[in-house]
Amino acid sequence: MNWKTFYALLSRDGHVARRNLLPMLLQNLLQPLLLTFVFGRVLTTSGMMQTGFKNVLLPGVMAMSMIISGVQAVAMPLIAEFQFTREIEDRLLAPIATAWLGIAKIVTGMVQALVAGLVVIPAAWLMMGSDVSINLGHPLLFAVICLLVALCSSAGGLALGCSVGQTQIGLMFSLIIAPMMMFGCAYYPWSFLTPFPVLKWAVLINPLVYASEGLRGVLAPKVPHIDTLIVLAALVVIDAFFLALGLSKFEKKAVS
Amino acid sequence: MGIGIRIENLRKVYDTPPPSAARGGGFSFTAQRSVGPKEKKKKIEVVALDGVSFEIRPGEIFGLLGPNGAGKSTTIGILTTRTRPTSGRAFIGEFDVWKQQVPAKRMIGVVPQRPNLDFALTAREILLFHGAYFCQSARERERRTNELLEKFKLVDRADHMVRGFSGGMMQRLSIARAMMHDPEVLFLDEPSAGLDPQTRLLLWDIIRDYNRAGKTIVLTTHYMDEADALCDRLAIIDHGRIIAEGTPRELKSSIPGGYLLRLRFDRLPDELMTGLRSLPGVTEVHSSDHVAADLYADRGGPLIAGIASAAQEAGVTLCDVHIAEPSLETLFLHHTGRSLRD
Repeated sequence: MNWKTFYALLSRDGHVARRNLLPMLLQNLLQPLLLTFVFGRVLTTSGMMQTGFKNVLLPGVMAMSMIISGVQAVAMPLIAEFQFTREIEDRLLAPIATAWLGIAKIVTGMVQALVAGLVVIPAAWLMMGSDVSINLGHPLLFAVICLLVALCSSAGGLALGCSVGQTQIGLMFSLIIAPMMMFGCAYYPWSFLTPFPVLKWAVLINPLVYASEGLRGVLAPKVPHIDTLIVLAALVVIDAFFLALGLSKFEKKAVS
Repeated sequence: MGIGIRIENLRKVYDTPPPSAARGGGFSFTAQRSVGPKEKKKKIEVVALDGVSFEIRPGEIFGLLGPNGAGKSTTIGILTTRTRPTSGRAFIGEFDVWKQQVPAKRMIGVVPQRPNLDFALTAREILLFHGAYFCQSARERERRTNELLEKFKLVDRADHMVRGFSGGMMQRLSIARAMMHDPEVLFLDEPSAGLDPQTRLLLWDIIRDYNRAGKTIVLTTHYMDEADALCDRLAIIDHGRIIAEGTPRELKSSIPGGYLLRLRFDRLPDELMTGLRSLPGVTEVHSSDHVAADLYADRGGPLIAGIASAAQEAGVTLCDVHIAEPSLETLFLHHTGRSLRD
């Protein structure tokens, strides 16, 4: 294993991410800010929603923000780099096994997902005003869940980025990302789906469900949520699956 | 001491469309439909390489010459770890390219057919990061980068994003990038496509200079003059097969007679063919249809009078004459019956 080359590949992605920091933050922050403002401030202040909804919403928005940014941070550049310009070719010729370039992409995506998730907390606090009670009683558990969610999003982004062509990006958002957001239990706890039994079990294939419920369990434990142990196990399985799928698709895509 | 290259019985069949760099014009691939009994869906199979073997000696400039879609880029793709061969083996020095990818990659620099520069970076950053991928120290990277920017006349635009570069500048930067880590073997896929004549001469000088330092150079081209001027040895490739191999001089002297006269008549009776064959200095006459004949001879212009009178005797009108002096173009024609530009 050639760590110097791996570090150089990471530095390149870091350098590009730093250069695009402002647009990236806007892209990642605007949506959660608007969501928290409308759902967490407008609807609660007007009395249409109970104040307690804020505690349901914050971990969900954080999970959503992490998943979206991780997927975007990996998939979007990858789709472009594998297209007509083949920009990635120079890095594929670096003296390191091809899979490590995929791993470097995942690491960069994880960092971006973590940043996007963590900035949501203070931002949402500002937007929602008082009555948000976040519990950070288990910082280690919180860190583990964040890392697993970040890995899930960026490894998923790798698999998605290697499966989708440039012309299908719009389709990817409307067919994959949008339903994932709506049925990811970001705006409501999973147990609220009990009146819809088929949907309740069907959404369990959605990784965002475990991200939302996991963060809910650790940040707002009083809100109903799926047992944290089950969430951890599910995230580990999903991460392993996406990691294997993403890397194998990447290696196939890299060689003709 | 330079590094040699050996490929053994390389075969590549694409079952999906070939990558764009290897696609070329695409028209001369032999497309076959496979009809295996168990296959529900018939796949298009494109045979890009069909049992190619050759050896490139350490420190030589080796050219792969052939028309678009002949298999040049696929050969380069396999040698540079970017295309997986269907069967056969390829070695860079002692390393089997497909079994020992990392050490093989360390030895090679690649200039692709179409510039594939990292659009998220500036010209300087492209070189610096490339150096970093190859584990150069920060000081070494800086030094090489400045040296190459200077050499390739890119200093003025060094800190600009490459997105706005012209085609020629991108091509120069691609070559600079390939040389950044001082590879033992440099691959150039159609290096002078799209370059103006002045830049092309600059490129030739740079290639010769690099070769003088003992490095092996492999280039593909469909320009005869480039192959002739630059290469120590050549392989001519067509339809995924090597059809001739040797120094430009050897190859040219293998053309019977040397000169090629391409003739067109209003018709071509057998007695005229016999008449043409019996002219002095004529070694071979081929005809692919009923009006055109290719005549190989040891002289060019002095034969015209004889051809004209042979035509007159047969009651045939001579419509067109083209005389080609001994060149790789005529060689290609001799071996394939087609012009390189066909």
